[in-house]
Amino acid sequence: MKPFDFQRAGTVSDALAQFAPGSAYLAGGTNLVDHLRAGIREVDGLVDISRLDLTEIAELPGGGLRVGALVKNSDMAAHPLLRERYPALAEAILAGASGQIRNMATTGGNLLQRTRCVYFYDPATPCNKREPGSGCSAIGGFGKYNALFGASEHCVTVHPSDMCVALALLDAVVVAESEAGGRRIPFADFHRLPGDTPHLDTNLRPGELITAVELPAVPVAAQSTYRKARERTSYAFALVSVAAALRTEGENVAEVRLACGGVAHRPWRAHRAEAYLTGKPATAEHFRAAIEAELEEAQSGTENAFKVPLLRNMVVSVLEELRDGRTPQRRAEQGGAA
Amino acid sequence: MTTDPKTASVGQDRVRIDGPLKVTGTAPYAFEQPTENPAYLFPLTSTITRGKIRAIDASAARALSGVLEVLTHENAPKLLAKTDTELYILQSRDVHYFGENIGAVVAETQEIARHAASLVRVEYDTEQEDTRFRPEHPERYNPGKINTGIPADSKQGNVEQGLAEAAVTVDEVYATPYEHHNPMEMHSVIAEWDRERLDGVLGVLGERPHLRIHDASQGVSYERLMLLPLLGLLPQQVEISSPYVGGAFGSKGIPHAQVMLTVLAARLMPGRAVKYMLSRQQMFRSVGHRLTTHQRFRLGAAADGTLTAITHDVQQSSSRLKQFAEQTVNATRHLYAAPHRETSTRMVPLDIGPATFMRAPGEFPGMFAQETAMDELAVKLGLDPIELRLRNKPDTDPESGKPHSSHHLGECLKEGARLFGWEKRQAQPRARQEGEWLCGMGVAAATYPRQMTPPTKASVAFREGKYHVGIAAADLGTGAWTVLTQIAADALKVPEEDVVLHIGHTDLPLAFLAGGSTGTYNWGSAVMVAAVNFRDRYGLTPAEGDEAEGSAFFPDEAKKYMLDAYGAHFAEVKVSTVTGEVHVTRLLGVYDPGRIINPRTANSQFIGGMTMGISAALHEESYLDSRPGYGHVVNSDFAGYHIAANADVPDVQARWIEHPDPMFGPTGAKGIGEIGIVGVPAAIGNAIYNATGKRLRELPFTPAKLVE
Ligand SMILES: Cc1cc2nc3c(=O)[nH]c(=O)nc-3n(C[C@H](O)[C@H](O)[C@H](O)COP(=O)(O)OP(=O)(O)OC[C@H]3O[C@@H](n4cnc5c(N)ncnc54)[C@H](O)[C@@H]3O)c2cc1C
Repeated sequence: MKPFDFQRAGTVSDALAQFAPGSAYLAGGTNLVDHLRAGIREVDGLVDISRLDLTEIAELPGGGLRVGALVKNSDMAAHPLLRERYPALAEAILAGASGQIRNMATTGGNLLQRTRCVYFYDPATPCNKREPGSGCSAIGGFGKYNALFGASEHCVTVHPSDMCVALALLDAVVVAESEAGGRRIPFADFHRLPGDTPHLDTNLRPGELITAVELPAVPVAAQSTYRKARERTSYAFALVSVAAALRTEGENVAEVRLACGGVAHRPWRAHRAEAYLTGKPATAEHFRAAIEAELEEAQSGTENAFKVPLLRNMVVSVLEELRDGRTPQRRAEQGGAA
Repeated sequence: MTTDPKTASVGQDRVRIDGPLKVTGTAPYAFEQPTENPAYLFPLTSTITRGKIRAIDASAARALSGVLEVLTHENAPKLLAKTDTELYILQSRDVHYFGENIGAVVAETQEIARHAASLVRVEYDTEQEDTRFRPEHPERYNPGKINTGIPADSKQGNVEQGLAEAAVTVDEVYATPYEHHNPMEMHSVIAEWDRERLDGVLGVLGERPHLRIHDASQGVSYERLMLLPLLGLLPQQVEISSPYVGGAFGSKGIPHAQVMLTVLAARLMPGRAVKYMLSRQQMFRSVGHRLTTHQRFRLGAAADGTLTAITHDVQQSSSRLKQFAEQTVNATRHLYAAPHRETSTRMVPLDIGPATFMRAPGEFPGMFAQETAMDELAVKLGLDPIELRLRNKPDTDPESGKPHSSHHLGECLKEGARLFGWEKRQAQPRARQEGEWLCGMGVAAATYPRQMTPPTKASVAFREGKYHVGIAAADLGTGAWTVLTQIAADALKVPEEDVVLHIGHTDLPLAFLAGGSTGTYNWGSAVMVAAVNFRDRYGLTPAEGDEAEGSAFFPDEAKKYMLDAYGAHFAEVKVSTVTGEVHVTRLLGVYDPGRIINPRTANSQFIGGMTMGISAALHEESYLDSRPGYGHVVNSDFAGYHIAANADVPDVQARWIEHPDPMFGPTGAKGIGEIGIVGVPAAIGNAIYNATGKRLRELPFTPAKLVE
């Protein structure tokens, strides 16, 4: 670990002023400190933003919520209005990490957490995300976590966040500040696909500070859920996860939203599946056909081939569950395990 | 063992003596041993898999303020005898595996040392490497003898005939992956050479030089014996202490390279203690692992289930630097009767770091194969798997023909079946479904042998009204502090409060390490003999300073018997038809452990082993990327290497049938540290088959292997 300067910011404008090229903002530190210690990231300075007054969850006119960038993941998941309006989001947060980590982790940090690809974490191996131009070790290597959608020859990894899958479902908006002024970034434009610049996870500009995430009013989200498949019952990143919201009218799908985790370099909103399904009968056959439509774009290797049936099964199961109002049952069966 | 009812301590439920220190964080582990003005080490490790170091440029590191020394093969003190290739480090330019210790930076702080290490530039001449495990490796070889000194191969009768006579046969391949121990406490060393006692001549008898080591060690006596010839020192010149160890599972059994690295670095700055604690990632490189196996297992049986033939052919990985030939075939030679039997062991030499003991080496991988094959046979025969095992229980040891000193496998199976509700199991797979979950039950037998125990001694001394019992034993979190105190109290016929135990130091009487599940019966025997000698000599009213020693004693007739512990594991699982996720909803172990000294610590040993068994069944796998230029385990942290957590072990229970076995020595205990893991993955795999109809023959059982 290279020595670095440390400054603590009292206000947003302090933070922006203290930031210099080579700096990083430090929020909960649960991701960044690991990177520094593992020797996969070097900084000249840390600007500690953990004391900034961005810890509020406020109601927005029209039924939305504004979540401050420094709200702890645990507080966010426990917020009564958030749980009522966006159950998939609360579930997604609780499905991530551990109680201790969620007590430290912040909204902004969660959005910017970096991949868990084992090669990214191993400075002895090539990784385009860590060291642009060095190559991608996950191609032809340890490949079971690799992406199904939108990968490139430069990077095949997936985004690790659970929370972000639900935020993609909700079309959240990221609010950011910089010396040049504030801007609002639609969630669909926030995370990137790897292309030939896999070192860039998001479209946030250097030095830009996230101040909040806005959740618009999404009535259908009141019937939403999040399901995560993983290699142990708690405390593991998703193999595949699904966030879904569904409203039926009579026998038919009136409105549906579907987002998937563990399958792409960014949270994957399944627009093709949504388009297919809207107006169709809410049956298992159509649920399956919908995800098949999405999977037409999928590309898998031998080691991650299992993600195809996994995603298919999970989407069908979650949609059936929402249709039948059985979601609370599964939540109970899962025992709220993180 | 005779016990006075008034003082009887053995057999009583006792909380751990070291418990309060542990939960208050005040038990001094190796890294926390007080030292004045220590220096900190960070290793330089190879980033190639095989080759030679061409040049090391440490100028930038040396220039950094706070850096005290950079140790490489160029300035390393010379080691004397190459008695251990793993410890004979920094004596040449050779690189044998990725992550090998090739030097170190020592600095005023840990942070400076780590940063300085990142500034050292190493150039290599690489050589062709081979880290890809494959059973048909052209250089695979017969090791002759395998660990515990038994032959690699065995043959009785004619297996081809036995298989030809069989009504039903099983012929399958089973595989187990590399695993890493991952104790909670990382391996830590503090080494200091005494400045005052340095100026003697190496190799000349006498008191100098003098080296003091604090280590996280499963046995300081044998650790010292291993270091001495390399260092050219006499026992009295080296002092090692290790009073508390935060888990080990075999990885701290014998010293690994990091001990020697720290000792060599400290030699360059006499009078200054040098401290080093591994990072989690470093633990995945150079302190040993469980080797990977490929096992062909064949069974032949008559229509009534009587076995006619057993064969077990094992190929397993090995480090070219140092062989570790696990006794994977051992349990196959003893567990079931069959007239025709054959086993073989072949090593596949690779450019990887040395493997080492990991909880139940041999029995763990071997019994996964054997007990899965037995289940497959039961299915083919249409026989209950418990009944199949009972029908093949041997009357005497199948290999040697010796009678068993005690043998309660049948009782364990029957009692377990009763407690578990085995009668509710449907023999037909996929017969029970709850919602999306397919449910099933499985069983597997467990066995663990009595291991050899090199000389072990203990002492009793009377000081200030207390009986000080000394033995260089180790407590890895197992309960040794507590059970040895209980054994000593009874043997001396005093209350436990009058016993003060001393362990984990080379000044104490020599003891074999905590390994092979021998601790309680081996150290316990030495403590009992020392106590008897003490009482014989000084009676019931000793004087201040009276002291006696004793050596562990085992009855001569024991040689006439086959000595083993037995058990049975019962697993209930549910498997998601949506995700392929497996939950072990219940796990029960019933054991035949001889005498139980302390039911509380015994229970912890059993359920600890079983938990590790669940972990191995569902999660643990070190992925070695064997492509040229990689050659190392890449999932080397807890995000990538999963270990069972609380939610994975909702209901794990242990029971035992207590038949003290005097052939194991005067404690009557058989050793319980390892049997809890043996066969657990097979029981879980068999339950998965019962639930889903899908037979998995490769650990671990991940969703990827079950989702469809
Ligand atoms: C053991 C472990 C298990 C985990 N398991 C899961 C899991 O299962 N699912 C899951 O989703 N996550 C998981 N996580 C990840 C966890 O969610 C993230 O580490 C956490 O959300 C990061 O938040 P933080 O506040 O600690 O970020 P930090 O580590 O402080 O920062 C992360 C990055 O964001 C930047 N940053 C932080 N805040 C801002 C801001 N306001 N503006 C601009 N930049 C900012 C930092 O500069 C840094 O680059 C796990 C983490 C660990 C350590």
